[in-house]
Amino acid sequence: MSSDVRFTDFKSDKQPTWCPGCGDFGTMNGMMKALANTGNDPDNTFVVAGIGCSGKIGTYMHSYALHGVHGRALPVGTGVKLANPDLEVMVAGGDGDGYSIGAGHFVHAVRRNVDLTYVVMDNRIYGLTKGQASPTSREDFETSTTPEGPQQPPVNPLALALASGATFIAQSFSSDALRHAEIIEQAIEHDGFGFVNVFSPCVTFNDVDTYDYFRDSLVDLKEADHDPHDYDDAKEKILEGDKEYMGVLWQDEESVPYHQTHGVTEDMTDIPDGAADGSMDLVREFY
Amino acid sequence: MAEDLNWAIGGEAGDGIDSTGKIFAQALSRAGRHVFTSKDFASRIRGGYTAYKIRTSTEQVQSVVDRLDILVALTQRTIDENLDELHDESAVIYDGERSWEAEYPDHITGVDVPLKSLAEEAGGAIMRNIVALGAACEITNFSIENLDEALEKRFGAKGEKIVENNKKAARLGQEYVAENYDLDVDYDIDETDNDYVLLNGDEAIGMGAIAAGCRFYAGYPITPATDVMEYLTGRIDEFGGHVVQAEDELSAINLALGAARAGARSMTATSGPGIDLMTETFGLVATSETPLVIVDVMRSGPSTGMPTKQEQGDLNMTLYGGHGEIPRFVVAPTSIDECFWKTVEAFNYAEKYQTPVYLVADLALAVTEQTFPPETFDMDEVEIDRGKVVDDDTVDEWLDEEGRFRAHANTEDGVSPRAFPGTADGAHMSTGLEHDELGRRTEDTNVRIEQVDKRNRKVDTAREQENWDYREFGNPDAENLVISWGSNEGAMVEAIDYLEERGVDVRFLSVPYIFPRPDLTADIEAAENVIVVECNATGQFADIIEHDVLQRVERINKYNGVRFKADELADDIEETLKTEAKAQ
Repeated sequence: MSSDVRFTDFKSDKQPTWCPGCGDFGTMNGMMKALANTGNDPDNTFVVAGIGCSGKIGTYMHSYALHGVHGRALPVGTGVKLANPDLEVMVAGGDGDGYSIGAGHFVHAVRRNVDLTYVVMDNRIYGLTKGQASPTSREDFETSTTPEGPQQPPVNPLALALASGATFIAQSFSSDALRHAEIIEQAIEHDGFGFVNVFSPCVTFNDVDTYDYFRDSLVDLKEADHDPHDYDDAKEKILEGDKEYMGVLWQDEESVPYHQTHGVTEDMTDIPDGAADGSMDLVREFY
Repeated sequence: MAEDLNWAIGGEAGDGIDSTGKIFAQALSRAGRHVFTSKDFASRIRGGYTAYKIRTSTEQVQSVVDRLDILVALTQRTIDENLDELHDESAVIYDGERSWEAEYPDHITGVDVPLKSLAEEAGGAIMRNIVALGAACEITNFSIENLDEALEKRFGAKGEKIVENNKKAARLGQEYVAENYDLDVDYDIDETDNDYVLLNGDEAIGMGAIAAGCRFYAGYPITPATDVMEYLTGRIDEFGGHVVQAEDELSAINLALGAARAGARSMTATSGPGIDLMTETFGLVATSETPLVIVDVMRSGPSTGMPTKQEQGDLNMTLYGGHGEIPRFVVAPTSIDECFWKTVEAFNYAEKYQTPVYLVADLALAVTEQTFPPETFDMDEVEIDRGKVVDDDTVDEWLDEEGRFRAHANTEDGVSPRAFPGTADGAHMSTGLEHDELGRRTEDTNVRIEQVDKRNRKVDTAREQENWDYREFGNPDAENLVISWGSNEGAMVEAIDYLEERGVDVRFLSVPYIFPRPDLTADIEAAENVIVVECNATGQFADIIEHDVLQRVERINKYNGVRFKADELADDIEETLKTEAKAQ
């Protein structure tokens, strides 16, 4: 890894087609900065993206990348990391991708605690399909498919992560460039599954969860005397209904990543050009 | 024809039927005899009816037959279920002290052995099946020392005491029959000096995967494919690999895809219901040009169907499953040893052509254990071809003028270079969206056509470069041609002998390659009668074989993303008619 990598090295020459003002710009910039700041370069980085506006991120960043099937980015990222633990793996998607169609994978990816970073660009709306309710939309949020609002409580992704045994839970805001990059950086450096829910406002279809809303309501944990290693404190803040926080809510200092618990440390890509030594023992076992 | 003995043990699920049967099969194998096993079982943990059947001979056996010579019946239902297969010379071993009264026709010889009491005498009622094995040894004059070796293998880990108790249990069964019965059935089991290994199709697939360099496996438990995962668990780790039990099949194929993108040889295995789920990601695997081996161990469908029963019903799904048009390879091993070799081949096809490969096996292969000389699986014969992989030094040849890696380069043979993540300057994007050479999304009509053609060209290249031949049996000049695919080979090969006795001459082509596949037109035209044999209701393979020999229609295709336009279509049709007229 070269030390002179700049965050712009992670930028591809494709111009984003996100709407002007979209929160995803800020989310992506923070990811690129955090990758550069943690000593990574495009050739050792693998970005996996889901489907939706957020899923386009793989195209706008420069690295090894796979833009996959809707909701399945986490299993792909897990496979990449296990096959080659030397790679820096970053999985990115939206709230629909991660908490609706991919919710099942989210729970199990959290449980596995593979050493990768999961960034969810949470805009509380389906943007690419032009404005339908998402799993994090408010109960009374009126959309084309929910004229009276979803009338169901939104998913609390931080609580879902906590209940699944997460070792790192953070929340961030795309427009606070400095803090956002800092939080992603902490997620990258975490030994295990680094989960960051990023408020990434949709300026076109969501007139409730706006930049102004988040600016006014988000409480920065830096200023809230919060100890991220205190589980009970984290639990209380995560389950609190009337406040939303920015920063690292929970980090398990004892976290042991999957590759250590399961002894998966070898690069699996390097194989001989015939059956490996000792293969005949496999046959003898059947005597 | 092979002189064979057909033996079975049956009872309720939970009675230890499987492990008892396996011990006897191993004993026979150690005695240098060929073995072919089958299972009658239901999808339940306890109760019902389950049986483990063994056909054994000094010559190779590769099919089950409708005849049972010796039956160990732990329940009345075991006798009832097998009445059609029992005959005048059959012997049924049962425990007359149990609460049920064994009922069987007079022409069958009953051998009443107090299995439970003798087992208790040896150290525990749990060994009653082993007492029955000892009884079976006496009836067949089969040396009980052969059983000892199998018992050591099965119980060795549990300690010397357990092994000794089991040996004693077997001897008590043997002695009881010797002292109380003077049977006139003649089923002497001869021994040979040959060494055989005994394994089932799932194990052969798992072993083939490791031999082929597969280092990552993700799967979700499903009958009858679970044995593949269970085989690999622990063993693949010895070779630096790993097995992940996924939360579902959607995840399993994506995990495997991720590992393959990272550059590992990667595999998943499932059965029909799992293939349904994996089909979602199948198109992505193909479009992102990721090498991946997907094993479908077929069972009776549709829906949950008959999970523990045989069927070859997924042929169309593996050939055509998924929206859009997806180039793929479909390979169907025709025997248990071929499960090993076709798995090795599948990995080479996947990587040489950067394409998903369906390896289609079925329940009959998966649950059958068969003996082979160990050299059948000669690991020195395994060759690994990783295809067009570039490294730090060769990556330059594939960069465009701006230094970007052309992961989907439009090459003559359709195969693009592959850079494993970590390769300097190889960073690139891949996606399920239509893309350009760099892997970036496009809707450009020309690039679309270029990439579709490129992906399809890989199949054309493979058609030319590889040997997609059938396996041939019987009389090559016979006027009767039988064609089959997958696991029917063994039964059909033995059926040829039966037919020969009846004066019917047959040429048999066993086809392991479904796509690409051999062109059978000439073979079919040369034959008087052609029959396609397969384990399904509609004849899926017969349909594609008939399709292949039909005279082709002319085709006009458009796939650039734009609909047909009237004037353009008129031109196309006129042009096609002119070309056709010229050709005639």
